[in-house]
This record gives sequence, structure tokens and C-alpha cells, in this order.
Amino acid sequence: MNASVREQFPILNQEVNGHPLVYLDSAATSQKPRAVLDAVRRYYELDNSNVHRGVHTLGSRATDAYEGAREKVAAFIGAAHPEEIVFNRGTTTGLNLVAASYGDANVNEGDEIVLTPIEHHSNLIPWQQLAKRKGAVLKYIEPNPDGTIDVEAAAKVITDKTKIVAIAYVSNVMGVVHPVKEIGALAHKHGAVIVVDGAQSTPHMKVDVQDLDCDFYALSGHKMCAPTGIGALYGKKALLEKMEPVEFGGEMIDDVGLYESTWKDLPWRFEGGTPIIAGAVGLGAAIDFLNELGMDNVAEHEHRLAAYAMNRIQEIDGLKVFGPQDRKVGIVTFNLDDVHPHDVATVLDSYGVAIRAGHHCCQPLMRWLEVSSTARASFYLYNNEQDIDRLIDALIRTKEYFGDAT
Amino acid sequence: MQLDDLYRRVIMDHYKNPRNKGKFEDEGVTIDLNNPTCGDKISLQLQLEEGIVKNARYTGDGCSISMSSASMMTEAVKGKTLPQALELAERFSSLMKGEDVEFDEYEDIEALSGVNKFPARIKCATLAWNALRKGIEREAH
Repeated sequence: MNASVREQFPILNQEVNGHPLVYLDSAATSQKPRAVLDAVRRYYELDNSNVHRGVHTLGSRATDAYEGAREKVAAFIGAAHPEEIVFNRGTTTGLNLVAASYGDANVNEGDEIVLTPIEHHSNLIPWQQLAKRKGAVLKYIEPNPDGTIDVEAAAKVITDKTKIVAIAYVSNVMGVVHPVKEIGALAHKHGAVIVVDGAQSTPHMKVDVQDLDCDFYALSGHKMCAPTGIGALYGKKALLEKMEPVEFGGEMIDDVGLYESTWKDLPWRFEGGTPIIAGAVGLGAAIDFLNELGMDNVAEHEHRLAAYAMNRIQEIDGLKVFGPQDRKVGIVTFNLDDVHPHDVATVLDSYGVAIRAGHHCCQPLMRWLEVSSTARASFYLYNNEQDIDRLIDALIRTKEYFGDAT
Repeated sequence: MQLDDLYRRVIMDHYKNPRNKGKFEDEGVTIDLNNPTCGDKISLQLQLEEGIVKNARYTGDGCSISMSSASMMTEAVKGKTLPQALELAERFSSLMKGEDVEFDEYEDIEALSGVNKFPARIKCATLAWNALRKGIEREAH
């Protein structure tokens, strides 16, 4: 990634608390390039209209833009058909749809749902609720001490009673890529489906849902340069076709009577109400932007940054990093001895360095790590080695500050 | 933004040398409260006798601001009637809003006035006080 990539993100060109902003919280949400901001603005200025009903010209332009974005998402993650892509609000909504629709129809009392304790709350609570509704059993794959997940550990808990295996492709805390393809094959051998939380993988590496052979894959636009409020769920056509909608209203119907109604074809039956048209346009523009850079280049850039960060951060005495030494994705979670993560984040912010502190929507994982919260720095395509140097300097100052203050 | 506005010496002293930290043997009024956005936790115990807070203790896990605030609150509230304790909590809310209020009964609290300049940290400072309010409300019903 060269410097011109960074220049395409207007927000990065500002001072925070008297220092040039170093944004290291992209795992929470990414910044947006000018191309995306312009696309959304252009849509509203030129094409804004409702989709799938207007006979007028703006109506067709908006529909083309919206459906065009769907095709881009399908191609970006290697889906076989655009109708396998359901637009929604984000990963949380996608996972909830699978749990409520597929889950309710296919999981019964005594069946098993297999997860890991590393999951984000959004890939945990929908399954917890499903298990409660149905009297199903939740089982957890035991991670290795460094937070990685092995297929062997998965094999110990996946059985013929397992109906759903749900796992993140990349952990939002540990920065680890999980072997979802192998775990998926195992799930299929036992007649279960695999649901992949793609929130942290889609922005950072090439994804091919057909190669992974996953049954469902959920993603969020806002973590991959698109606006907030847009996401997508991929589902294999054969599965989506058998699923009932969970939201009913306009846009999703075929024929409505006083006592009975029928639904539109895929994917629209899952998109009740006026969809997030401008968001989808923004997501399409974000995908164009990422494709132009090349996802392999994005991944390589992050891998290099992560390696640099891992080496430098461990120069700091009394700093503990969670997760394995080698990581492909730019997420580094850590704690500084004797300084609470919130205090670390506040001091870093005073030096213009934005990181996340807290439980990262992973309370079970925090308990597993035996901490109440952690600090997390996460990188994206616009970060560079100077950003990491600034992080290290600010961490050293944090240590000094709290050393002096006591 | 001045870090020293936030982390005054007296705050760090309460953080490193917390007052009233621990648990009573006997039951009192116990209030458990979390700050779900960041994971801070407090368990506050109040011993009440005839409408007066005889003693207060807490256990918890949190940042320097939330834990020092708990330490100060438990010091300040001792010997107060429930209406006095509630008034103290109200005054602390005013302090967090940047209003010019005093705590003659326990001046250390005034060191937390700087939190007002760090909006993201106000929730840390108010956690223990919210637990106190909950405990008082529970007794009033």
C-alpha cells in the first residue's frame, strides 16, 4: 500500500488532541474512502428513488444500482448466484436471521449447536436464544491456550446430533484465522450446517464461500470501507429457498390476501421494507475500491504490519499480548501491567492514538482469558509502520505516566 | 486535553490504596452493577441502621476512575441518612455535568471534577454512585 491510499481517507487528515490522528480501531469500524463517500452522495443527488416498483427513470436507476451492488457482493465473496446475497443491516442481523429462520425450522429438542467461547456476542446470543426456545444443547469447541482452534478439538464436540456449527472466520480479539473450511467439512459429515461470522475476515482477506463450502456467511459493510447500516448474508440457494422470512411487510411479498400471503423469490423475501439502498451503493463502491487495491495486497499489507506490531509491542516491559505470535490479520490485543485498559485508551487518545478498550463484545472470551477487559489495536489498509511507532511511543508514555502518578 | 486534569494524585492514591474495599461477613444491602459497555463491575454493600449508613464497602473490577470513585463514595457516605446520601449522589451528578459544587464533607471527591472533560469516562466515575442510588431506592420501597 503506498501513501496515496491513505490520502483517499479524508478523516485521517486531522489532529486529535493536538496530534495527527492515528486510527487503530478498524476492527470496530473502518474509515471510508472518498470514492465511497462520493458514490453515496452521487446516488442521493442523482438517482435517489425507491427500488423495485417505480416505473419512472429514477426508479430503474436506483434498482439497477441496488441490484448491481448485490452482484458485486456475490462476486467479491465468490457466491455462485447474486440471489444468494441478502442485504441487511450487518453481521448481527444476518446471524439472527439464520438462527430465527433456519434454526427454528431445523433445530429440535436435544439437538446440538456447536460454537466456540471466542465468538463475538452476535454469534453467540442468537444461538443461546435458539437453544432455549427449542430445548437444544449448546456445546463449545475448546480453544488451544493461545486462542487458536483445531479441527481435532472440533471433532470432539461435533456429533450426529449437531445441527448447526457457528464460528467466526477471524476472531475480533485474538486476530486468528480459524480453519472454517475443515470444520465445515466435519459439520457436513455429521449432517450439520456451518454458519460463518465473516465480520472480521471479509474486509481483510480474499474470501471464497464456495471454496469454504460454508452454508451461511454473514458480513458487515462498515468494517470494509462501506457506510454503517449495510451488511449482507450469504446463504446457499438450496437452503435459502426452504427458509421462511422473519420480517414481513412491503417489498417481500408476491401476493397478499386478507387471510393468506405468499412471498417473493430469493433474495427479496428476506428484505421486507424499503431496503438500505444508499448503503448498498456505498458497499458496492467499497468493493470496487478494495478490488482495485487487490485483496491479496490488502492481506499482505496487514500481515506485514501485524508482524511489525507484534515485534515492536513486545519491546515494552510488562505488556502481555493475547493470542499467537504469528498472525495474519491486523488485530493485536494486549494489556499493560498495572494500568487498566480504559486508562491506557485515555492516555493514548491524549496522544491522538485511537484504540479500543473493553470486552470487545466477547465476555465469555474475557472470562476464558481470565481478564475483565483488554486493550486492542487493529490495523487496516490505510495504516503504516509510523502509526505503529506512534502507538509504541504512546504506550511507553502511558507506562511512564502511571509509574509517576503512583 | 490535559491528562493531569483527569488523573490527579488524590485519584491515583484512592486507586492504589482503596478505602473500604472488601466484603462484610454479614449481609447488608448488596447492589451489583455492571457497566456493560466496558466491563467494569462493582458490588456495593451498605450496612444500614435506623435509616443511617453505618458502613459501606465494595468489591469490583475496573479502571482507576471507577475504582477511585467507589473508594471515595464509600468514605463519604458513612454516617449519612438515606436522604443525605441521595443528596450526595445528586451533587456528584452535578459535578459530572461540570457544575461548580463542593464536597466539604469529603473534599477528595472534588478531584474527580476533571472527568467532566473526558465524556467517555463519566460512566466510569458514576458507576459506584449509581449503585448507591439503587441501594437507597431499594430501601425506600
